[in-house]
Amino acid sequence: MQTQEIQKISSQVRRDILRMVHGCQSGHPGGSLGCTDLLVDLYFNTMNLKTDAAGKVVFDMDGKNEDLFFLSNGHISPLIYSVLARRGYFPTAELATFRKIDTRLQGHPTPHEHLEGIRIASGSLGQGLSVSIGSAQAKKLNGDSSTVFCLMGDGEQNEGQVWEAAMYAPHHKVDNLIAFIDENGQQIDGPTEKVMSNRDLQAKYEAFGWNVMRMDGNDATDIQNTLIKAKAALGQGSPIMIIMKTEMGAGVDFMMYSHKWHGVAPNDQQLQDALAQLEETLGDY
Amino acid sequence: MALFTYETKKDTRSGFGAGMEYLSQHNPKVVALCADLIGSLKLEGFIKNSPERFFQTGIAEANMIGISAGLTLGGFIPYATTFANFGTGRVYDQIRQSVAYSGKNVKICCSHAGLTLGEDGATHQILEDIGLMKMLPGMVVINPCDYNQTKAATIAIAEYEGPVYLRFGRPVVPVFTPEDQKFEIGKAVHLVDGTDVTILATGHLVWEAIQAAEALLEKGIKAEVINIHTIKPLDVQAILASVKKTGCVVTAEEHQYNGGLGDSVAQYLAMNHPTPMEFVGVNDSFGESGKPAELMEKYGLNAEAIVAKAIKVMARK
Repeated sequence: MQTQEIQKISSQVRRDILRMVHGCQSGHPGGSLGCTDLLVDLYFNTMNLKTDAAGKVVFDMDGKNEDLFFLSNGHISPLIYSVLARRGYFPTAELATFRKIDTRLQGHPTPHEHLEGIRIASGSLGQGLSVSIGSAQAKKLNGDSSTVFCLMGDGEQNEGQVWEAAMYAPHHKVDNLIAFIDENGQQIDGPTEKVMSNRDLQAKYEAFGWNVMRMDGNDATDIQNTLIKAKAALGQGSPIMIIMKTEMGAGVDFMMYSHKWHGVAPNDQQLQDALAQLEETLGDY
Repeated sequence: MALFTYETKKDTRSGFGAGMEYLSQHNPKVVALCADLIGSLKLEGFIKNSPERFFQTGIAEANMIGISAGLTLGGFIPYATTFANFGTGRVYDQIRQSVAYSGKNVKICCSHAGLTLGEDGATHQILEDIGLMKMLPGMVVINPCDYNQTKAATIAIAEYEGPVYLRFGRPVVPVFTPEDQKFEIGKAVHLVDGTDVTILATGHLVWEAIQAAEALLEKGIKAEVINIHTIKPLDVQAILASVKKTGCVVTAEEHQYNGGLGDSVAQYLAMNHPTPMEFVGVNDSFGESGKPAELMEKYGLNAEAIVAKAIKVMARK
């Protein structure tokens, strides 16, 4: 898919994120906006998804013979919900129910409410990489040659379980896995460098045995090129980790370059100011 | 007169190992994971038969639970194995989010539960695991009583779709239930008929409950003994029918009062059929080092303790 097409979808997804968070006056816009370009590329360009004869995506929990994505940093739920709805897993009208009573779009994603496209609960951090590895190993046992993708946050790297998983995957040659770290340099209590420095993530993952790549997570062209390179490196004995630099709040000037918008909803005026910066390309829900 | 007899003593964990060996040959969907305790969990037979379906996680239990949840996607039935302390309390949040809330078909199978692991002491003697696991919505909790029953339970849970906690132990105990029995989740096993007092026991305390019933019979007291191998879902029909007949009940388990079998029974009876009740278990205390039999005596988890509580509860009728 042309990057201009990807960017058009991303603009609409960013509008969805802002409107969802505004609609319930809660949620996490900063990281959602920062990772939008990656998730739109994955779901609209890179991943091979199961579809019916008419080309519409079809969801089943097992996800055999299709690429799978696991969101480990579950608080960027508005993003995954918008992308899944825009991709056709459920009606975009349902985005209006985000975080409201009786919704399937819980504050953090869960299969508990049977939302198409969600296979694991996340929110309590540090668990998604382990789940992704298990899913990748299930694919190998099934002779299924598709790929598993996983996104984590950089603050999430504080969690010990991440490093248990980091040690396990190369040891077991889980080479059908491409994981990402959203390196936005921010976490709730401030810059990651100040709260708990990750130091050199690339050196750490390389020491654990991963094939590590870097990309600009807000540059659609760099994302496409890096993912082509990463896919070419699958099946060679090592899992792949892509450290992607992003800006929290990417796409909305007053939400960028700060961790202030990690978990804060815009008010009416701020929503209008933000939406004015993002073209409505696919029609608001 | 002996109500039950046995020919051999075996450890329940070996029953688990035998069940796993059976599954390696009969259920291609079963996969096993272990956190550096293959020998303690008796997994050698499974690994020998199905090395490609075994995953060594190293001493990393949180990762093991997450990987197990992932392995269910694609149709596998993961058995995640370690000691009970490390497989429940240490990884409670991983089980809660990635397994229970996510509704994944993971079997958490843990040895060395309770005081009877002995000399290693309180760091390893979890007495809270039944409570932790039963509080999770949708989690099945099973604590079989001997080798044969543990083997049968291990095989049976593969046929059940949903998360299960299977708890067993280290010491050798009498093998008195039938070989190749059919194990029904949630179906209590009636062992001894009686009219004076109901004894509801689980795990290693079932044999002690039988011994207690024999001692009570010598005093002219007819105790009814029921093996509650499944703490959740609880067989409330069996419990209700028995206490309606006897009018009082003693529960016995290798676990804290808080959160254990007794706690579940008390909750049910309080709401449906208030009945005088006594508990045999550990009362808000950690364990310590010692030989298993010494510990069970010190903490009041043997036949003598059950007899004393039975006499006490009968006086409260």
